[in-house]
Amino acid sequence: MTTTDDHTGTQGEQHLEVRLRVNGMPRRVELPVRRTLCDALRQDLGLTGTHVGCEHGVCGACTVLLDGEPVRSCLMLAVSAEDHDVTTVEGLTEPDGRLSPTQQAFVDCHGLQCGFCTPGFLTTISAFIEENPEPTEEEAREAVGGNLCRCTGYQNIVASVLRAAEIQRERAAEGGAA
Amino acid sequence: MKTPKFSYHAPRTVAEALDVLAEHSSDGKVLAGGQSLVPVMAMRLASPGHLVDINRLTDELSGLEVDDEGVRIGALVRHARLERDEKAAASVPLVGQALRHVAHPTIRNRGTTVGSLAHADPSAEMPTVLALLGGHVVARSVRGERTIDAADFFVGPMESCLGYDELAVAAYFPAPEGRFGTAFDEICRRHGDYAMCGAGVVAVLDEAEQYVSLKLSLVSVHDVPEVLDLTEVVRGTTYDDVDHAALGDWVRDRIDPPGDLHASADFRRHLASVLTKRLTHQAAVAAVERASTPTSSTTAGGRP
Repeated sequence: MTTTDDHTGTQGEQHLEVRLRVNGMPRRVELPVRRTLCDALRQDLGLTGTHVGCEHGVCGACTVLLDGEPVRSCLMLAVSAEDHDVTTVEGLTEPDGRLSPTQQAFVDCHGLQCGFCTPGFLTTISAFIEENPEPTEEEAREAVGGNLCRCTGYQNIVASVLRAAEIQRERAAEGGAA
Repeated sequence: MKTPKFSYHAPRTVAEALDVLAEHSSDGKVLAGGQSLVPVMAMRLASPGHLVDINRLTDELSGLEVDDEGVRIGALVRHARLERDEKAAASVPLVGQALRHVAHPTIRNRGTTVGSLAHADPSAEMPTVLALLGGHVVARSVRGERTIDAADFFVGPMESCLGYDELAVAAYFPAPEGRFGTAFDEICRRHGDYAMCGAGVVAVLDEAEQYVSLKLSLVSVHDVPEVLDLTEVVRGTTYDDVDHAALGDWVRDRIDPPGDLHASADFRRHLASVLTKRLTHQAAVAAVERASTPTSSTTAGGRP
């Protein structure tokens, strides 16, 4: 533990060095203990793909994957993420650079308008189709029930969930045939 | 919307956590899932000087034990894990029935069930379930360990009887005895919101499908969870002969819920009546179906 000054006006408060893995990369960052995971990702690690909306767990824009499971990064302290795996929207693309099934589905189905809520939807849906590769429309709606889209493009987002699952199945079949 | 400053403690053992809590008394607060505490701090409704993060205590606090008699969970069992546990669902179905209504799946991935109990929100589902089942919370401090019955645990809205130096290390949800069935539902403005009104029901029937007992507890109605005992109203009748709408009236006439911008007191009374009518019937049907299932719950976990 150290107490240092930094540009965000957090002098005189407790700082800690935190080690975590972000999108597969080991990262080490020193930050004030009260910094939330979403602020740490954006301010300290420069990963601005994670969006911060309501900051109290309602809107879902900041959703990231913690050890593969969707969590609100605004409701988690960065120091609590020590030794955990965090996946942000930047980490969703396939290793070969191809868009992930969920990302491709949003392109195919016009699943975004202004795009602010999109990172939270992408992470949430990516985890969901892993757990449920063949969702019904009702299950797709339930899966995105915790994410708000103020453009109200929900019909296309629900279509994107179903399409994402479809692309994932297609790619799995291709992989199996190859 | 940023939390105020605090000192952060990340103990590696429960004993160490208890020492920190004892040292800082009313200035200390336990951080588990943080799905209520972090927003409360961000809105500056709470500003503990010392935050004791128990998330690294997985060896001691992640236990999930299930037998025919009930479900015991450690303080780090997340809602989602308990919700998905098939053995827990077989032993105490009400737990999973209610967990599906706790916020959204993403919140349930991080939030802990014991933390929800300690938070003691009158609009929360799990305190109601603990009270209805007659469960208990296990609290530990440097002074020792004690078991607190649900009836004593909740003392006011957002207030449990836990001392400043105490950590809720576990909770126990007992299965109802006999030929029982349970049901849970709630009515919200929007999916995943706090309930305007919710209800859980436990019905126990005898071999002739007559009520042995019928109990109900409500969400967002009382300051602390209260169990309404309808047994005397239905005793000796079969579930098919009971006028479930009349049970709704019985409950409506015995509650005095608060009104707020989401729902007036009268509307809440109406919702409680509607939920009672639906759920007392559902619970009785579940009791009949459960009794007619050929395999007992002892082997339910091992079935294909």
